Amino acid sequence: MSTVQIVFLFVGFMILLAAWMMVSRSNLVHSALWLVVALFGVAVLFVLLEAGYLAVIQVLVYIGAIAILMIFAVMLTRGDVESLTHITNRYAGWAAVMGAFLLFGLVIVLGQWPAFQTTSPEAIESANPVLDLGMAFVSPDGFTVPFIVASVLLLAAFIGAIYAAFPRKKGE
Amino acid sequence: MLDNWLFIGIFISIAAVFPLLPIVIARFLAPRRPSLAKQETYECGMETVGDTWVQFKVQYYIYALVFLIFDIETVFLYPWAVAFDVLPLFAVFEGVLFILILVAGLAYAWRKGALEWA
Amino acid sequence: MGFLGDPIKFIGDWLKSLIAPLNLPPVWETFLSTLTSVIAVASFGLLIVIFLIWVERKVAARFQDRLGPNRAGKYGLLQTFADMVKLITKEDTTPETADKVVFNIAPVLSVVSVLLIWAVVPFAPTWFGTDINVGVLYIAAVGSFGILSILMAGWSSNNKYALLGAFRAVAQLISYEVPMLIMLMVPVLLASSMGMVDIVARQDMWFIVVAPLAAVVFLISAIAEVGRTPFDLLEAESEIVAGFHTEYSGMKFGMFFAAEFLHIFTVGVLFAILFMGGWRGPGAEQFPLLGMVYLMAKSTVGYFIAIWMRSTLPRIRIDHMLAFNWKFLVPLSLAILIVTAILHKLFAATTLYIPAMLVGNLVIFLASLGALRAVAQRQRKQRKPFKKRPVAKAA
Repeated sequence: MSTVQIVFLFVGFMILLAAWMMVSRSNLVHSALWLVVALFGVAVLFVLLEAGYLAVIQVLVYIGAIAILMIFAVMLTRGDVESLTHITNRYAGWAAVMGAFLLFGLVIVLGQWPAFQTTSPEAIESANPVLDLGMAFVSPDGFTVPFIVASVLLLAAFIGAIYAAFPRKKGE
Repeated sequence: MLDNWLFIGIFISIAAVFPLLPIVIARFLAPRRPSLAKQETYECGMETVGDTWVQFKVQYYIYALVFLIFDIETVFLYPWAVAFDVLPLFAVFEGVLFILILVAGLAYAWRKGALEWA
Repeated sequence: MGFLGDPIKFIGDWLKSLIAPLNLPPVWETFLSTLTSVIAVASFGLLIVIFLIWVERKVAARFQDRLGPNRAGKYGLLQTFADMVKLITKEDTTPETADKVVFNIAPVLSVVSVLLIWAVVPFAPTWFGTDINVGVLYIAAVGSFGILSILMAGWSSNNKYALLGAFRAVAQLISYEVPMLIMLMVPVLLASSMGMVDIVARQDMWFIVVAPLAAVVFLISAIAEVGRTPFDLLEAESEIVAGFHTEYSGMKFGMFFAAEFLHIFTVGVLFAILFMGGWRGPGAEQFPLLGMVYLMAKSTVGYFIAIWMRSTLPRIRIDHMLAFNWKFLVPLSLAILIVTAILHKLFAATTLYIPAMLVGNLVIFLASLGALRAVAQRQRKQRKPFKKRPVAKAA
């Protein structure tokens, strides 16, 4: 096994553990912090894929903004969330059985998918991937229209978020 | 390429060990005589009343939302800036258009009063 | 050349000759050499903070017409060591109701987030921790761990003041990160690279000359990111005790303290690298040690301005501070980015380059002054006249 594989296995295990801890905590802030661990693990996976830009973006956007947003959202809720939340109810056993069946089925179906048997094509060698990305965004024969559409989409998200989150005045 | 990131990976662990050392040393050297009064929540000498988990203003959340939008904007703009030297003038204006569309969002937030603290 | 020419290379070669007889596999050799350089860079960062605390106390004292520390050692140079001994031997209390694990991770994370920036700092032409091609964004990204550590500290203390302080701090930090991110884009755009080494290499003309406003806005927002006066609302002692670190004592408090002092100097270093040519200077390419000296000398510019602001300006009210960011710095930084981008594309490599950039900056500067003036005038008109109240008669 190469060093990269060992690191991959270690990080993969860490992500799975963090994800499990995240969904099984009854304390919402703890869940959010475990989510941060899982997201950081994903950033490490991006690094292993030699996608440094994505790794940095993962940390900047997901840990720096989205995790913070989530903790803020938790804090907006009033009070004693911990004692009100039961993470399981009486259907937990059935849900586990169904989940196991689903996983089993997925493993069988996906195991026959040819993409898993073929090795992935080698990544295109590039002196500066970020520069290529920039060129692809804005050069006329690249993704010009999607680039501008992305900004319109961001604008829509911006306005929508503010409209939804802003406290209404009476009679609005 | 990966060697560079190996440096950062090791750096993270070393950077975590360095601040841990004095804390651990202090644990052995410092006196430890806990008492109920010392371990109370500090509120200027008064006893605390009620929950710590007070409900926060929605304004914090709105700032975080606006920040998130600008964060994602920069994700798109940094590659544009890196490719800047080889871009034609047309592509430069495209980036400017991208920024201006987001300025419209900022203007909306401003008009709506979402940037006000109170 | 020998030792004085390039001491790091000299020591590195010596270390390599030490492990050569062991015949380690190449993986281990890479690992060991990386580990050594990591320890070198990280301990440089932490050792310099010991010195910096002394510098800052001395300078701040002079601003306030005091002498500053002068008892421990010559010129009080040993003051920080005395403080360290004090912090180490102080009892470290944890509140009963605190979330112990999160409470203990937070101070460590806060130091890590600042120390990580030093991994990409180019000290001299051949001396740098590492040169990743996304260096500038990496700096912004590790900053988010700092924000997270504040939120963790405030929440886990289970103290109203700490939680309120943390929330204010985070609202401030994420707000000022927006103009900082946009202004970091200006050096990236001028150098056409995000790597810190490249950015220094492309500064035949210091970027502060062609983008002075960007440099100023970057410095302001970076100082606000550190969260010290006039932006120290996160620990406004008259309102919320000590903010998010109210419950911390002993060495854990010391770690937050060290992180802040290291962070403010790191801002000076980044300012020097991004806008003032980093290690560049006469003779730096032959003698890397000289480059290091240049970098440290240039870093003191931003560092000194930060201390100067700290000792001159009073704390700003939180609504003013956030309004200043969202209604002034963010639009201004977007305008600077647009104007710099267009002018750079149109005039780069022509003789008019520097005049054009300066005129562009001047126009933005005057326009923003005009806008501020108009707003101030309008506010003055709207202000209600002061109503005289009858004075209570003495009984």
